[in-house]
Amino acid sequence: MTTRYELIIGLEVHVQLLTRTKLFCGCSTRFGAPPNTQTCPVCVGMPGVLPVMNRRAFELALKTAVALRCQIAPFTKWDRKQYYYPDLPKGYQISQYDLPFSSDGCLEISDPKGRFERKRVGIIRVHLEEDAGKSMHDEAHGRADSRIDLNRAGVPLLEIVSQPDMRSPLEAKAYLTELKLLLSYLGVSDCNMQEGSLRVDANVNLHVYTPDGHLVPTPIVEIKNMNSFRAVERALAYEAERQFKVWQETGQRLGDVPKQTRGWDDVANITRPQRHKEESSDYRYFPDPDLVPVIVSEAEVEAVRQSLGELPAEMRNRLEVAYNISPYDSDVLVNQGQALVAYFEQVAQQCGDGKLASNWIQQDVLRTLKERTIGIDEYPVSAQRLAELLRAVRAGRVDTMRGREVLARMLDTGRTVDETMAELGIAQLDEAQLMALCKELVAENPKLVADVRAGKLQAAGAFVGQAKRKNPNVNPARVRELVLELIQGQSEG
Amino acid sequence: MSLVELGATALLAELEAGRVSSVEAVRAYLERIDRYDGEIGAFLRVDRDGALAKAEEVDRRRRAGQAVGRLGGLPVAVKDILCARGELTTCGSRMLANFRPPYDATVVSRLQAADAVLIGRTNLDEFAMGGSTENSAFQKTRNPWDLERIPGGSSGGAAACVAADMAPLSIGTDTGGSIRQPAALCGITGLKPTYGRVSRFGLVAFASSLDQVGPLARDAQDTALLLEVIAGHDPRDSTSVDRPVPPYHQLVRQPLKGLSIGLVREHYAAGLEPEVEAAVREAARVFQSLGATVKEVSMPHSKYGVAAYYIIAPSEASSNLARYDGVHYGYRTDEQAMLAELAAEQALYQSAGTSAAEPDSPLVRLYRRTRSEGFGPEVKRRIMLGTYALSAGYYDAYYLKALKVRRLIRQDFDQAFAQVDMVAGPVTTAPAFKLGEKVNDPLAMYLVDLYTVSANLSGIAGLAFPCGFSRGLPIGLQLQGPPFAEERLLAACYMYQQVTDWHLRRPSLS
Repeated sequence: MTTRYELIIGLEVHVQLLTRTKLFCGCSTRFGAPPNTQTCPVCVGMPGVLPVMNRRAFELALKTAVALRCQIAPFTKWDRKQYYYPDLPKGYQISQYDLPFSSDGCLEISDPKGRFERKRVGIIRVHLEEDAGKSMHDEAHGRADSRIDLNRAGVPLLEIVSQPDMRSPLEAKAYLTELKLLLSYLGVSDCNMQEGSLRVDANVNLHVYTPDGHLVPTPIVEIKNMNSFRAVERALAYEAERQFKVWQETGQRLGDVPKQTRGWDDVANITRPQRHKEESSDYRYFPDPDLVPVIVSEAEVEAVRQSLGELPAEMRNRLEVAYNISPYDSDVLVNQGQALVAYFEQVAQQCGDGKLASNWIQQDVLRTLKERTIGIDEYPVSAQRLAELLRAVRAGRVDTMRGREVLARMLDTGRTVDETMAELGIAQLDEAQLMALCKELVAENPKLVADVRAGKLQAAGAFVGQAKRKNPNVNPARVRELVLELIQGQSEG
Repeated sequence: MSLVELGATALLAELEAGRVSSVEAVRAYLERIDRYDGEIGAFLRVDRDGALAKAEEVDRRRRAGQAVGRLGGLPVAVKDILCARGELTTCGSRMLANFRPPYDATVVSRLQAADAVLIGRTNLDEFAMGGSTENSAFQKTRNPWDLERIPGGSSGGAAACVAADMAPLSIGTDTGGSIRQPAALCGITGLKPTYGRVSRFGLVAFASSLDQVGPLARDAQDTALLLEVIAGHDPRDSTSVDRPVPPYHQLVRQPLKGLSIGLVREHYAAGLEPEVEAAVREAARVFQSLGATVKEVSMPHSKYGVAAYYIIAPSEASSNLARYDGVHYGYRTDEQAMLAELAAEQALYQSAGTSAAEPDSPLVRLYRRTRSEGFGPEVKRRIMLGTYALSAGYYDAYYLKALKVRRLIRQDFDQAFAQVDMVAGPVTTAPAFKLGEKVNDPLAMYLVDLYTVSANLSGIAGLAFPCGFSRGLPIGLQLQGPPFAEERLLAACYMYQQVTDWHLRRPSLS
């Protein structure tokens, strides 16, 4: 008996917006300050204080929603989501419930390696809300001590809820990667998962295809506590297997049991059930009477649309066409961010070969960035100098191997291409010198000559190797051509 | 005539003319407080030293010919629900008995900037929930006209202190009638401004969409003076309206021409005491004699006002009061006692061998004990009502339905104001009742708000002032006008007070 199933994944992403101040007060949003030093009566929820909306946060939220091709509501309001917890000092979170400021968008994902089909992941809604504070539980001294840091309380948070459109951990990761890239292109969030500025929860279940041809949805499980994209991928893969096992054992369908919440344990590589919060079922949402609704005009939405700039998907397409590079290459470049793409474009334009520029950047530049953990803005070789080097390569003044040596040296010395080539003694042999060297080689290697004549063209490679030993500056392609010419000329003569 | 009988406008004229110093005036009021507040209990705290220091400072500046604010040296009492930096702000609750906010309410800042002398903090129903000031956690306040009776509420202290000449001006708050009803029961003038006219920043919230800060004083002129100082846009309150503040104190004396007043048919139903109805109808005749036309209007939905109000106000209150959890500030239960209680329960569960009923976590128990001990019964009742009304499955039937009623009541007003400039009617069905008379009957207590809640639900302005007496107790008249019609309401009241003397009568205090 074979039973197939499909994994159904929806993701709920929270991102902190890059505003200078909090959503409803003037406190700083800077990460890492000593606990409770970035608070005021408003974000501490003292009696009688009132929230005032941060326009900038709303603008950044609007920008994101427009980039996600969402419908923008002309009228949106604030609601109170009520629950008791010490890191929620007002006893409610200001959020958006039934009238989010945007809905019905999408994000396109694809895999340059072709492991899944290009698809659009639907976005159910994007709404703006305030973050809660942070609870720290210290159980070191035998008694549970809890400490509350309210620096984070009131930081603007965007909640982006996807449709359950993803079918594999790989697709989920692609969605997150693309979303993160979009957010950083827009400059709305730094998406730092370690600092909690990007958080991911997943809703997962299976569509099981029974042998008698029925489709059975299994109960939905919410997974929390995934602290990296890698953890999301692993948790989803684990959950698929676990849920299938539960299905086989219990036959439970969607609706048979209440939605379960599980937490990912990154060390044990498993999900565990989280304690059910009894009050979580009823948040008693109602419109916040302290805030006025926000009205957004068509003209404002249009202005935001105009201000978006080039987004990753468009940029990939443009690079492919303009520089004649593969989707894989454009993907790698665009995923590195706008600064690297700008660097690439300068190099490609100045050296006149997009593919060559792309190869060098991917193989050499990116490796150095990674090794040194620096950004392209700190890379010691300017686009102009790299382009100069690639022009030399294209002109045959230096071969790829030696070109790499030149680049490596330029990284450390900061000198120009010509200076560096001179230092390395790289000087182009003229045609006569090269011919003399090739004649010498042909004369010295009758066995190889015979091999070439017998049709073993790879023997020509051995000539190139020997030529380089005699003089590292030879142009290998030219050596090969000349040697073949000489051998053929001999046989004709 | 003693200084305390002058009233704010006349006293200010004396101060400005240099015939009286602010210190003298403040001393006169402090003496009055010393003499009578022991019985009346209007003040929770009197800031003797602070008031005299401020009065001296104002006098000094005035003598030196320097600029002095609009209220230059006049004493003002403030309801103990408006925050003042570093000072106790209790809201009449055990929960905030020791709470000192690190910020000023905008109204308090405006009073200070106007050189008011903040003489003390007045008593109120806990978190402004009530109509008799009997819900204060600290003390009872008595009606100066009859010490066996309540002064009304929730701004009972605010009204009583003016009625007893212990302050010429007083700040109250009105969520369902809490300025107008005590003003009526104490025989003074009190205004609930249009929602958004006065900043709510620093007013400890009861029901945010209904709360409004307003003035209480002896008459229309004094009320206008205080309104002029506290009204205005505040960027810290998103619901405050950005609209210029008219010179109310000057405009109040301009007679209204062609004034039309509506009498609401539905006001004169069963439950309204005949003496009150007679006084209101007599007041309408006075307006007619002043050239006003009076006609009957209908507000068919007003009868649902109290029901809608007691859904909306508690719903918002249940949310606004969630922050009092003993974690960040305010009252916290005795933690040792709490942990001991939990341990005892745990032992009991274990010996009974049952795991079905789990005791609270320490956090939940902290919340429960703190809130059980910190809040009084009326506050708890409203938190429960509101929590219930907002719960899943009941929200549509209660909260949403109440919002619909709210819109219909506003429509009634809009239709009435298309026909008349303002509507006149009673403030309460009867004069002040006795202390303790309704404490065990919450529904009877809620019906006290019958004529006042509609203005809060609609966001319009409402003014109460005396229009007669019944068995020695004041009866109030209410004028309600469209949003931002405060100047017209005050001018109508001034016209009335020019030809009547109800507002000049004083209780005889021994």
